Amino acid sequence: MSALTFTLKKDLAQKLDVSPLSPDLLADKSPADIASTLLWYGKQQLRADEAFTITGDDTNALVFDKSTAKIDYIGSGLKTGHVTVNGDAGAFLAFQMRQGNITVNGSVADFAASGMAGGLLQINGNVGDYLGAAIIGERKGMKGGTVIVKGNAGERTGDQMRRGIILIEGNVGSYCASRMLAGTIGVLGNVGEYVGYGMRRGTLLLTKTPKLHATIQDCGTHTLPFLSLMFKSFSGLSSKFAEINQTRVQRFAGDIGNDGTGEILVLKILALK
Amino acid sequence: MMINGVQIDDTFAEAFNMRGTRVIITAQNHKWAYHAANAMTGFATSVIGCGVEAGIERELSQEETPDGRSGVAVLMFAMGSAVLMKQLENRMGQTILTCPTAAAFSGIEGNERINLGKNLRFFGDGFQISKQFGGRRYWRVPVMDGEFITEETTGMVRAVGGGNFLVLATSQPQALAACEAAIEAMRKIPNVIMPFPGGVVRSGSKVGSKYKALFASTNDAFCPTLKGLTHSQLSEDIESVMEIVIDGLTDADIRKATYVGIEAACKLGAENGIKRISAGNYGGKLGQFQFHLREIMNDKSLSGESV
Repeated sequence: MSALTFTLKKDLAQKLDVSPLSPDLLADKSPADIASTLLWYGKQQLRADEAFTITGDDTNALVFDKSTAKIDYIGSGLKTGHVTVNGDAGAFLAFQMRQGNITVNGSVADFAASGMAGGLLQINGNVGDYLGAAIIGERKGMKGGTVIVKGNAGERTGDQMRRGIILIEGNVGSYCASRMLAGTIGVLGNVGEYVGYGMRRGTLLLTKTPKLHATIQDCGTHTLPFLSLMFKSFSGLSSKFAEINQTRVQRFAGDIGNDGTGEILVLKILALK
Repeated sequence: MMINGVQIDDTFAEAFNMRGTRVIITAQNHKWAYHAANAMTGFATSVIGCGVEAGIERELSQEETPDGRSGVAVLMFAMGSAVLMKQLENRMGQTILTCPTAAAFSGIEGNERINLGKNLRFFGDGFQISKQFGGRRYWRVPVMDGEFITEETTGMVRAVGGGNFLVLATSQPQALAACEAAIEAMRKIPNVIMPFPGGVVRSGSKVGSKYKALFASTNDAFCPTLKGLTHSQLSEDIESVMEIVIDGLTDADIRKATYVGIEAACKLGAENGIKRISAGNYGGKLGQFQFHLREIMNDKSLSGESV
């Protein structure tokens, strides 16, 4: 069996919603049924084979080739299997994903991992705003699972995030971890302004002390034993975070304007390859 | 049946269904891990008076613990899940939470989970932090030495308690020496603890008493100073009897420990005053498990060399 591959053959003018193309929805479907799956394209509907050249037959391993940022909802509600995206992905990547894993060999638009509850999402490029955040009207963002970003992330990363782990090797825009409810975000690069704005609980792990607003308070430098548990859990991940093994951090707590039991931990010595 | 001049009685130990759990205690070094674990397993010799029977199973290297620090594994047994949970939480709160640098983690999987640090978190008065890694939930409780780390729950399994054997010797020092040798060998067996002081108990009991308030009293049939007064089980040459009680996760673990312990005691042999090995039972009516001494000692696959 070879991976069920959707190669984009159309120059997309509108956004294309591929949420019906997920392993559990395609399982046991014939090639003809898969080809006739209707996808929303702007305000019209397209057959899957009008947008993609479809090859392969393993519905548990999906591949999107020549993908662009116009393709939304890749891996939406994923419950099982592996999705690989070669090229860029649009908004709502891994939306409400529950299990399985998604790898993107390219960059990703806004609201990636929104509502994600489990599994592993690896983004080998950059990602837009609202990574792991709640969609409009929801009160909680990401609820579980692990997200690895090799590049940079946009603004409001982890906004209202409830649980799970986001590890970003590059830089992050403004309002990182804003209104965060719990969970863990790690950033090896720089973060923008208003980091931890309205942060309620949760952990933001940084390597450099950012400019902090007045309602985030310095709690001193400490050796925290839970970090060794955390870094041990990262050891199997394909990320620079897997190499960290030191537990000495400066701890800032806040946002005391909103409960104030969140924390920003700044690693004191860090030498990564 | 004789081993090295020591008579193995044709009798059996009677053991009971229990509930058991394993907790991994870690600390800055083994010294402090032992301080915590010794306190946690202190006053835990018998379920009758202590609620639980507990002991240190073995030392753990830094590679074997969840947080990469030095640790020890503790086994704890009780007659029911409610009392096990209550005792575990009490002991966690008074001996692990309080001990500098100590942390506690689940040491056993099991279908049933019982609280480890789940309620201790409230000591944090709102400053406690939950973290979930690899599907396990941990609590960070701010304390004066830094942070107290504990896993939320640990596993609970069905276990076996009350395996035992008696060492009958011609003098008290000789009985103790044989028990010490047995305990040293048995400590190398995984999944078992010998909950009494130093692993050895001298106050074996029988059911009932002449006093109405007591439901157990001294096992006069094995008391050497009462040989002429009661229906004694002791011959003229026996001057001291000591017992080793074994709790284990499975009956196979107890069989193994029984074999290894008796083997070590018998190694000293008749020339060192070790005369007989016997076992305690209630006629086979109360316990769910019976460990027949001769059957175990004939099963060479249990030999200490295969540990």
